[in-house]
Amino acid sequence: MLRIRKAPICVGALFILLFPWVAGRLPAIEHYPDLMVFAGIYCLMTIGMSLLMGYAGQISLGHAAFYGIGAYASGILTTQYNLNPWLCILLGSVAATAVAVVVGAPSLRLRGHYLAMATLAFGIIVNIVFREEAEWTGGPDGMGGIPGLDIFGYSFDSIHKYYYLVWIVVAIAFFFTIRLIQSPTGRALRAIHASEAAASAMGIDISRSKIVVFAFSAILASVAGSLYAHYMNFINPSTFDTLFSIKLVIMIALGGMHTIWGAVVGSVLFAFLSFEWLHQFGEYEIVVYGLVLMMVTIYLPEGLVGLPGRIVQRVRR
Amino acid sequence: METISAASQLFQFIVTGLTVGAIYAMVAIGFNIIYNVTEIINLAQGEFVMLGGLIMVFMHVTVGLPMILAFVATVLLVTLTGTMLDRLAIKPIRQPSVMTLIIATIAASIVIKGTAMLIWGKSPYDLPAFSGRTPIELGGVIIQPQYLWVIGFLAVVAIGLTLFFNRTILGKAMAACADNPDAARLVGINVQYMVLLSFALSAAIGAIAGMTLTPIALMDYDRGAMLAIKGFGAAILGGLGSFSGAVLGGLLIGLIESLGAGFLLSGYKDAYALIVLLLVLFLRPSGMMGNFEVTKFKRF
Repeated sequence: MLRIRKAPICVGALFILLFPWVAGRLPAIEHYPDLMVFAGIYCLMTIGMSLLMGYAGQISLGHAAFYGIGAYASGILTTQYNLNPWLCILLGSVAATAVAVVVGAPSLRLRGHYLAMATLAFGIIVNIVFREEAEWTGGPDGMGGIPGLDIFGYSFDSIHKYYYLVWIVVAIAFFFTIRLIQSPTGRALRAIHASEAAASAMGIDISRSKIVVFAFSAILASVAGSLYAHYMNFINPSTFDTLFSIKLVIMIALGGMHTIWGAVVGSVLFAFLSFEWLHQFGEYEIVVYGLVLMMVTIYLPEGLVGLPGRIVQRVRR
Repeated sequence: METISAASQLFQFIVTGLTVGAIYAMVAIGFNIIYNVTEIINLAQGEFVMLGGLIMVFMHVTVGLPMILAFVATVLLVTLTGTMLDRLAIKPIRQPSVMTLIIATIAASIVIKGTAMLIWGKSPYDLPAFSGRTPIELGGVIIQPQYLWVIGFLAVVAIGLTLFFNRTILGKAMAACADNPDAARLVGINVQYMVLLSFALSAAIGAIAGMTLTPIALMDYDRGAMLAIKGFGAAILGGLGSFSGAVLGGLLIGLIESLGAGFLLSGYKDAYALIVLLLVLFLRPSGMMGNFEVTKFKRF
């Protein structure tokens, strides 16, 4: 997946550009742009996750923690210290980077199950902090009154405006990630995925590469968290729990872990599944998630993005 | 007066910690059985414990079966769940890698948890203690009879398994798969069957842990994940794969949690065990009794 094909990017960009314009005019789906705001926020996170898990082969079951760090940085710093929201987004990413380096440096030395468990434990600990430090975070009840975003007097105060803001950020992250994949760091990551021993023999600084990609994915998650906080104006700890970390894994597994496109497809699909199509299942929802994840692991190891290729292969044979 | 009560308080925390720790030890043993045969960490291990508790409540309280019958029926049902987990979620994976196996066991745990929520709802359930709730008082320390059952079952499980793996042909065959699956296959051991058996066995032990825990701490559908991660902490602390390590690790995790919640911030009760887990992973991932293999590439 080194080559970027221009066609899908153009089609995707056009779709994103026109979507609210079309959907907003059809009464049955006029709330879809709202779903797409969440889809974009998820997308931002899964792009980083796909880089981490799909390309570098490093599992993380604690990424909701970074999402929460961004959201709470924005929430606490705007409501209690009256800082500019954009500055808070920046400070949130700085905090996420710092945490990612401190936690990532020892964690990423681990592999497989050990890494999975370390990231899982990290995610749970951070969530407990969100719940317990009520003085700052509002505890389990959450915190409200988080201001919206504006720039030079232009306020992102409607769903459609926020939609474009979020997807512009996604586009920036997308292109930055593609650049990263094509850079020596990206090639190093794929080498690490294939064989750490061989990569190390070739002189690749394994731990540095892993930490860079871990921190990068943490920054994306943190920005996503901030965007979520400024959009919802309210946050509570259950948004950032382990189940959400696992939902991120579901998203990239569903879309396909090994390409950035998989992250985009998986996030959008998941947003619609969880807010729209699975809502009618009510309490069954969680069982369906589990079954979806199980089916994907067994029958679609390359995710939905890999499906066309497989069908073509089948037909040709 | 003050010092005596502080001392008895300390002992009280120790007794409670060891009891909960015994449950973690049983979860850790469950991890080890599957890990030893397949090198899979079954993240759905905690769901066996949850199912054990809730099915026992159903059999004993709802249906009204006598305690012993309900106990046996519960073990059988959870064991069946364990074998289904292997057959439906693990075995069908065509290219098993560590990552797909982790995802598969997570998926399975979500399905089991969700199904339990649909059956039992979200409220916690109580189960009568095995031999009443008249506490035994020992120098100001209150010991629930159920605590003794928990410790007793841990002892039975640990000794029983040691005998099983060292003395019986079946146990030795399973141990052989752990050592070298290809060689085991060459001498005529049905490895697939041993894998199935390992899932069954660890499910049964999870069920026992759940049934003995419920009268002390109630049980609800959402308990599995935390039990699993603390059980894993215990397994790591003791050294993944080692049964005596699992017992020791479990008791230690229980103690740390109980003393931490008692003397430090109680709201961080669940965090203490996890912080210990992280520290062990960072500093000595081989655990207290395990062999070193995780950071192999460091020595390359």
